[in-house]
Amino acid sequence: MAKAAAKKTAAAASPSVDRRPALAGRTTTATGVKVEVLPPAERISLRAPEASVAALSKALGLTLPKKPKTSASKGGRTVLWLGPDEWLVIDEGGNDPLADCATVTELHSAVGISHRNVAISVTGPAAEATINSGCPQDLSLDAFPAGAASRTILGKAEIVLLRTADDAFRVECWRSFSDYVFTFLSEGARDAAG
Amino acid sequence: MSGAFRIPRAGRLSQAKTARFSFDGQSYTGIEGDTLASALLANGVHLVGRSFKYHRPRGFLSAGAEEPNALVQIVRDDARKTPNVRATVQELYDGLAANSQNRWPSLSFDVGAVNDLASPMFSAGFYYKTFMWPKAAWKSLYEPKIREAAGLGVSPDKPDPDHYSSRYAHCDVLVLGGGAAGIAAALAAAETGVRVILADEQAEFGGSLRFETGARIDGQDGFAWAQAAIARLGAMDNVRVLSRTTAFGYYAQNFVGLVERVGDHLKAPGHDLPRERLWQVRAKRVVLASGAIERHMVFANNDRPGIMLAGAARTFLNHYGVAVGRNVGVYTANDSAYAAAIDLKKAGVNIAAIVDLRDNPTGPVIDEARALGIEINFGRAVIRAGGKLRVSSMTVQPKNGGGERTISVDAILMSAGWTPSVHLFSQSRGKVAFNDETKRFVPGTYAQDCVSVGACNGTDGLSASVDEAYAAGAKAARDSGAKSAKGVKPKVDASESWSRGMLGAAPGAGPDTTVKAFVDFQNDVTAKDIRQAVHEGMRSIEHVKRFTTNGMATDQGKTSNMHGLAIAAETLGKPIPEVGLTTFRAPYTPVTFGAIVSHARGPLFDPTRKTATHPWAEAQGAVFEDVGQWKRAWYFPKAGEDMHAAVDRECVAVRTTAGLFDASTLGKIEVVGPDAAKFMELLYTNPWEKLEPGRCRYGIMLREDGFIYDDGVVGRLAPDRFHVTTTTGGAPRVMNHMEDYLQTEFPHLNVWLTSITEQWAVIAVQGPKSRDIIAPLVEGIDMSDEALPHMSVREGKICGVPTRLFRMSFTGERGFEVNVPADYGQAVWEALWAEGQKHGATAYGTESMHVLRAEKGYIIVGQDTDGTVTPNDAGLDWAVGKKKSDFVGIRGMARPDLVAKGRKQLVGLKTKDPKVVLEEGAQIVEDPKQAIPMKMIGHVTSSYWSQNCGRSIALALVAGGRDRMGDTLYVPMPNGVIEVEVTGMVFFDETGGRLNG
Amino acid sequence: MLLIRCPYCEEERPELEFRNAGEAHIARSANMSGESDDDFEKFFFIRSNPKGIIYERWRHMHGCARFFNAVRDTVTDKFVMTYKAGEPKPAKLPGVAK
Repeated sequence: MAKAAAKKTAAAASPSVDRRPALAGRTTTATGVKVEVLPPAERISLRAPEASVAALSKALGLTLPKKPKTSASKGGRTVLWLGPDEWLVIDEGGNDPLADCATVTELHSAVGISHRNVAISVTGPAAEATINSGCPQDLSLDAFPAGAASRTILGKAEIVLLRTADDAFRVECWRSFSDYVFTFLSEGARDAAG
Repeated sequence: MSGAFRIPRAGRLSQAKTARFSFDGQSYTGIEGDTLASALLANGVHLVGRSFKYHRPRGFLSAGAEEPNALVQIVRDDARKTPNVRATVQELYDGLAANSQNRWPSLSFDVGAVNDLASPMFSAGFYYKTFMWPKAAWKSLYEPKIREAAGLGVSPDKPDPDHYSSRYAHCDVLVLGGGAAGIAAALAAAETGVRVILADEQAEFGGSLRFETGARIDGQDGFAWAQAAIARLGAMDNVRVLSRTTAFGYYAQNFVGLVERVGDHLKAPGHDLPRERLWQVRAKRVVLASGAIERHMVFANNDRPGIMLAGAARTFLNHYGVAVGRNVGVYTANDSAYAAAIDLKKAGVNIAAIVDLRDNPTGPVIDEARALGIEINFGRAVIRAGGKLRVSSMTVQPKNGGGERTISVDAILMSAGWTPSVHLFSQSRGKVAFNDETKRFVPGTYAQDCVSVGACNGTDGLSASVDEAYAAGAKAARDSGAKSAKGVKPKVDASESWSRGMLGAAPGAGPDTTVKAFVDFQNDVTAKDIRQAVHEGMRSIEHVKRFTTNGMATDQGKTSNMHGLAIAAETLGKPIPEVGLTTFRAPYTPVTFGAIVSHARGPLFDPTRKTATHPWAEAQGAVFEDVGQWKRAWYFPKAGEDMHAAVDRECVAVRTTAGLFDASTLGKIEVVGPDAAKFMELLYTNPWEKLEPGRCRYGIMLREDGFIYDDGVVGRLAPDRFHVTTTTGGAPRVMNHMEDYLQTEFPHLNVWLTSITEQWAVIAVQGPKSRDIIAPLVEGIDMSDEALPHMSVREGKICGVPTRLFRMSFTGERGFEVNVPADYGQAVWEALWAEGQKHGATAYGTESMHVLRAEKGYIIVGQDTDGTVTPNDAGLDWAVGKKKSDFVGIRGMARPDLVAKGRKQLVGLKTKDPKVVLEEGAQIVEDPKQAIPMKMIGHVTSSYWSQNCGRSIALALVAGGRDRMGDTLYVPMPNGVIEVEVTGMVFFDETGGRLNG
Repeated sequence: MLLIRCPYCEEERPELEFRNAGEAHIARSANMSGESDDDFEKFFFIRSNPKGIIYERWRHMHGCARFFNAVRDTVTDKFVMTYKAGEPKPAKLPGVAK
């Protein structure tokens, strides 16, 4: 299924126009924390019932997490549990998860959202405090350890939060919210440093 | 020199570190570590303010956050003028400038003080009774005058240049209050390793250890022990110690709001520091250690500057090294004031006399006072104070009447006893209980996972408080998951202890007097006012409170509530617990709007969403309009063009050559799964099963009530995949609506929804030349009318990037909507623009988009519909699948009212004078000569000047509109009645031939 | 700000992530177009608005995005329990006296 959107033509002809990612290169640093916009990545929103999980895991090359607030990562590809039948697949290794899913005949929906999201990394000992300037979740290592992932809130915007290490987070938001989210994190960083 | 009243070797401040400051323009010197209050008192200044209602001169009542009187304005610069700052809380910094409030022309001569002479007029309920008549005078006369005369302080009139921050925090044990009890609780919890936050409103921890010189813990002075303990706690990874931090609100599930004052005590806070930081803390357990607040004595003229709480005078002496007078009287109903007299006497201050209301009290402090040679008068009352701008005497009388004796003093220290601070406990919805023996309300029934310890729990004595607090801290840690404890409980070697006291009016201010014996200083409420409220029929303490305003000022009745209650109870002839306590509400102390708003201002007030082509439009000089959170290009004026000229040009260009329009903000949802068509059938009025892949259809979505909720063009990409578009404003709610039905009503359907609004940038290319512009850039899509007819969609490439190319039109012209991945949006736009330039294409904005679609009678949901319009009302019956047995809204649409005759229907209007453009929202009538109020039969929903039609055009909702074709109706406006003709909704190219033109 | 237990995320999460979605257990008829005016009125317009225990729908909007059901006391504003969408109304409520 889902062949219409999954034609593997992406690599065939190179674009004659340039890609202009939102906020490209934006970065801000404060004592103990660095906030920077990450380069583009391939992403899909993956939806599937329980019965399809094994086939999709095989096609994607890593096991889809079934536990809330967790993620799985392998070879530049990360899958975040967002809901009981919803995953966000992020590929930073230059591979196309949409194409991988296109081979799966089991029931699922894979929709390309590479351009929908912008990723911002928040790293350093003050990263947790920076995000807690606008995120109401408990981000202590007990409650939100490395690898934890969740859709949540930052100020007035929705974000997807992934803890990549004890002192590092990946914040994903929709493209048009990225300026707001980046600015918010910059203000949070300034305060967390103080 | 830092003031004539600074006592050498007293207090804890280093005399070497001086700080200059000014009050009402006069320069003074204080010491680093002073509050503004202690620095002023060191300089002998007691008169610092005028009261709210009577403009009576006022000084310092307290040395802390409960201060009702000493409110000043702190001026840093033009934009930083903070009113109502408690001088007892404001820390001194070099260069601090403060002004008194609520006085004119000066503090010592205030014209408003005539209110004091006229006070019989201003008694309780004055405002309710006086300004009733004539009704019209309230708005024009009374309210403005009262507002001018009343209020405390002056708001700054410039934007606040400071920034404020906020932080969410989670912990296992939150300890509120950093006196001995709070510190002990925090130590016990912290030693187990759980996450602890300890907050105190003062700059330095220690609470009452600041003045209790008799306290010794773990072999050292109490205050020194507190500092050492805080240093230990601060060094622990699992502990956050917050000074200058007030817990202002205790909300559900142990959610507590704290405000940390970060910059107000600094000479130059620096750009990176927020002025204040809002902490929103979620705690598994809360330990309340908020202490107790001393009460004043209620007697005549008890508000004169120089009259203050005994504990405050001790704080000023023992912490700040300041004597509050040279010849001090003491008026008390409990032991604690003796300690103040003893400390002052030992520091060399003359104690004129202690007046003790109790008959024959005994105890070590009384013995010690006597041994120091202080005159003590038992069973006597101070019935009035003398002096005006400063107390000069106290008149003493046996409490049951008798001869008066006037004693000269320059300060009076008073203590009626201590009130446990149960504010936060009450805010947690806990119920207080009255202890009849000690005459105080203490925590009774708990509503949340918290515990009160120490003085706020009614526990007397340092030793008992520390024991209780340490045990409670350890238990709180255990209850929140701690495994083991390995700490050592602090050992109290020596302490002070007292309790009891009195509530209500003292002798001399009893029932039959008219003296001004203040209960609530900040709102100028006297004992007499409270009695009067009862006499006038107020029975509930809540009514007494509102009638008199007792406890309703910014200090929230911290010193006044218990006295007010006792007087009301006495007047009602009821015991205190039967009358009950008024509700304690957040905030405990005033909180700035800045702290509550925190980051949400300026660019962070609300997200500003911009499309991928925004920079291009900006560079072209586009004017933008706000559509929800989006910035959309409104029109693209060329040099010398106003909006009308630009829109006329854009609209004509689209119909003669072509126009480019950024439609990226339209909501887009990808509906995927084998049951996708079934789901679409249920969510939209239209039939979808037979729509072939590669074709599009205009869809209407209803709510269950049968009214139009949203619309948009839907393309079927594959049998199991639809690309749905929604209105810009409707995107989030349509997604929510669809998810709701999918998850809860139709969960059996195998289909999933994904928002792709931001995945695709959408460039509409509309006009006769549109195909010529697009075709050279497209690969893999046959652009002929046969292969790509109107209302179809293809996937392929444009400029080498993937596209979903829709052949569709919101203008009535041949048109396309080019979807490309958002990061390519601007580059593809530029490529299309370059092609377009060869054909004379224009860029157009949302205004022209509105005009063009109105020329064709295409509706905009939310403008031509308002949530009460059915498909039939809008002339869209053709889009409702007649053979369908179910879809959301099918039954609502059939409701009697929705199929009744005479409903408002969408029609076109042409003004008889083609140059007149109607106002959107204007009402329509049948007969303009009828009497007012006229019967309105509809209103204009859309109205524009159409350059393409050479006249104005309008859409309107008119009762029975489709039966009125050709009728003349009227639009009455302030400057005349406009005649209009009812027409069809299509004003341009009625046959639709241009779609393929 | 309340903490609400999401039955899908299996933990309590801050209220900011949630959105109320009205009363629960109001079944949409399988034969919608055949409903009488009275039945439709009951279905669409009439709500119980109780003082005390209410069964309502919530959506973990900014979390797992699932709709679920909750039992809340409108007097104390306390959540009694939450359960997944489609599950029946609980027969017994923990800690609530009948």
